[in-house]
Amino acid sequence: MTMTADTLGRRHDRRPWLTRLAHASEPYLYSAPSLILIVVVMLVPLVIGISYAFRDIQLLNPFSGGFIGIEHFRTLSEDPAFYGALRNTLWWTGASVLLQFVFGLVLALLLDKPFWGRGLVQALVFLPWAVPSFLAGLNWAWLFNPVIGPIPHWLSGLGLMAQPGNILSDPQYAMWGPIVANVWWGIPFFAITLLAALQAIPRDLYEAASIDGASWSQRFFSITLPFLAPTIAITVLLRTVWISNFADLIVVMTGGGPADRTQIVASYIFTQAFKALDFGYASAIALVLLVLLLVYSMLIILLRQTLLNKD
Amino acid sequence: MKQSLLPIVAHRLAILCYIVFALFPLFWLLKVSVTPNDLLYSEGVRMWPSRTTFDHYAFVLRHSAFPTFFKNSLIVSASTAVVVTACASLSGYALSRFSFRAKYWIVALMLLTQMFPLVMLVAPIFKILSPLGLTNSLTGLVVVYSAFNVPFATFLMQSFFDGIPKDLEEAAMIDGATKFTAFRQIILPLTLPGIAATLGFVFTAAWSELLFALMLINGNDAATFPVGLLTFVSKFSVDFGQMMAAGVLALIPAGLFFLLIQRYLVQGLTAGAVKG
Repeated sequence: MTMTADTLGRRHDRRPWLTRLAHASEPYLYSAPSLILIVVVMLVPLVIGISYAFRDIQLLNPFSGGFIGIEHFRTLSEDPAFYGALRNTLWWTGASVLLQFVFGLVLALLLDKPFWGRGLVQALVFLPWAVPSFLAGLNWAWLFNPVIGPIPHWLSGLGLMAQPGNILSDPQYAMWGPIVANVWWGIPFFAITLLAALQAIPRDLYEAASIDGASWSQRFFSITLPFLAPTIAITVLLRTVWISNFADLIVVMTGGGPADRTQIVASYIFTQAFKALDFGYASAIALVLLVLLLVYSMLIILLRQTLLNKD
Repeated sequence: MKQSLLPIVAHRLAILCYIVFALFPLFWLLKVSVTPNDLLYSEGVRMWPSRTTFDHYAFVLRHSAFPTFFKNSLIVSASTAVVVTACASLSGYALSRFSFRAKYWIVALMLLTQMFPLVMLVAPIFKILSPLGLTNSLTGLVVVYSAFNVPFATFLMQSFFDGIPKDLEEAAMIDGATKFTAFRQIILPLTLPGIAATLGFVFTAAWSELLFALMLINGNDAATFPVGLLTFVSKFSVDFGQMMAAGVLALIPAGLFFLLIQRYLVQGLTAGAVKG
């Protein structure tokens, strides 16, 4: 409606050109501050970062800075730490997203029923989401610490561990530490998003289904799930990308150790930039990660298109 | 009656499990922060120490750099929240009320910034800010955090503007107000809940940011709380009581803002999840 009104108005516009210019530039003026910030602080560094991937940039070496072509990528293709980080990223992202989603969906379903004290319960179970991520990481690192944390003692009490040890320094299980912390921290996000989607489902559908004698599982699979599907798809897609980039918990809890067993690509980039101060190599890894994520998003979009076309 | 009791009990039990899982780590943080040092090891796995003390808090507040970190984080997060909310209400309004040629591209650009790994920008941003004297400075952090949070905040504000009928400012403009006056005097006051939610979201996000703060700040003077706490942990890793007391303090502002925005969470995150 507005579009047509606008174009009609423009065709018969007899106002002076200055007023017309002011009118046309209005949305741009409103958007300008945000756009300038984004372009200067994100887009320009992104482009510079991509150029770094082809240059030798080391912060402590004043003679670095030269163009070296694809040298970094050649090193990268022979870097076992990178392949390890790639495997760990898959494991970290897959396990975190799956567990967050399952627990988040169950929580959303539980909260969707009206019961006494629901508001308070909702505030309490959503609280982890408000905890700063570095604190969530530290908090869980402390819980896993055999000196002050209870978890090692419980695990050994259950016979799962020979003696109370720190899971975070055990090469075989260390990744579970950040994953558990991530699940704890991320359940509320899934629950909140799915709860909002659940509440948008028309209630009479359920009533009609109950009258027709549909069981709980029938109602769930033929009403709830189809209605939730678009939200689930987009949330899982966005969270997958986000979690694979999310290095905070790992940097705080294990620093990528023991022996790089918890190093994901994002934390590897950070370690290269922050500890090794090798900006060129860090940018090369980042570029590879960016390409991988783009490929992933493209695949998802293609998959979605084919599924939509099939219907 | 007998038939319907079991699902209700199961439902409440499941809810209880979630509450325990959500709160236990925070409870433990609080517990260790009030445990006297001599009981820390002997009563390691007890649920509550036989004696409690606030010594750790007193030490952290009086004899450590944490009050400085706290102040720095407060300045950075509050400034970021204000800058972002101001920019995002303007750009959110533009996206909500105008249809213009570049709109599609602006939305695409903002979505793009939500997709690519921010950690990619660590090195270039350091290189750019360093000659400007903006490393090791709170201003630098505010600029960086503002840019990171503007896209999400824009979508959030847009969804709040979308909820306000267009007739309102059209009526004001018929009465002779310019679009900007209508925006400022009629629309903005109606969006106050949205503004509060955006302030809260951005404040919490800036309060939590760790990687860029670690990279851009060194030394205690400009350190934010995450950086300070992490340095403290790696330097004095035996003082668990003090660290956890500091942790509880770091939780306070985020917790307060959470209570403030709790009501808008479902609305806000839905907008964010759908659009970015």
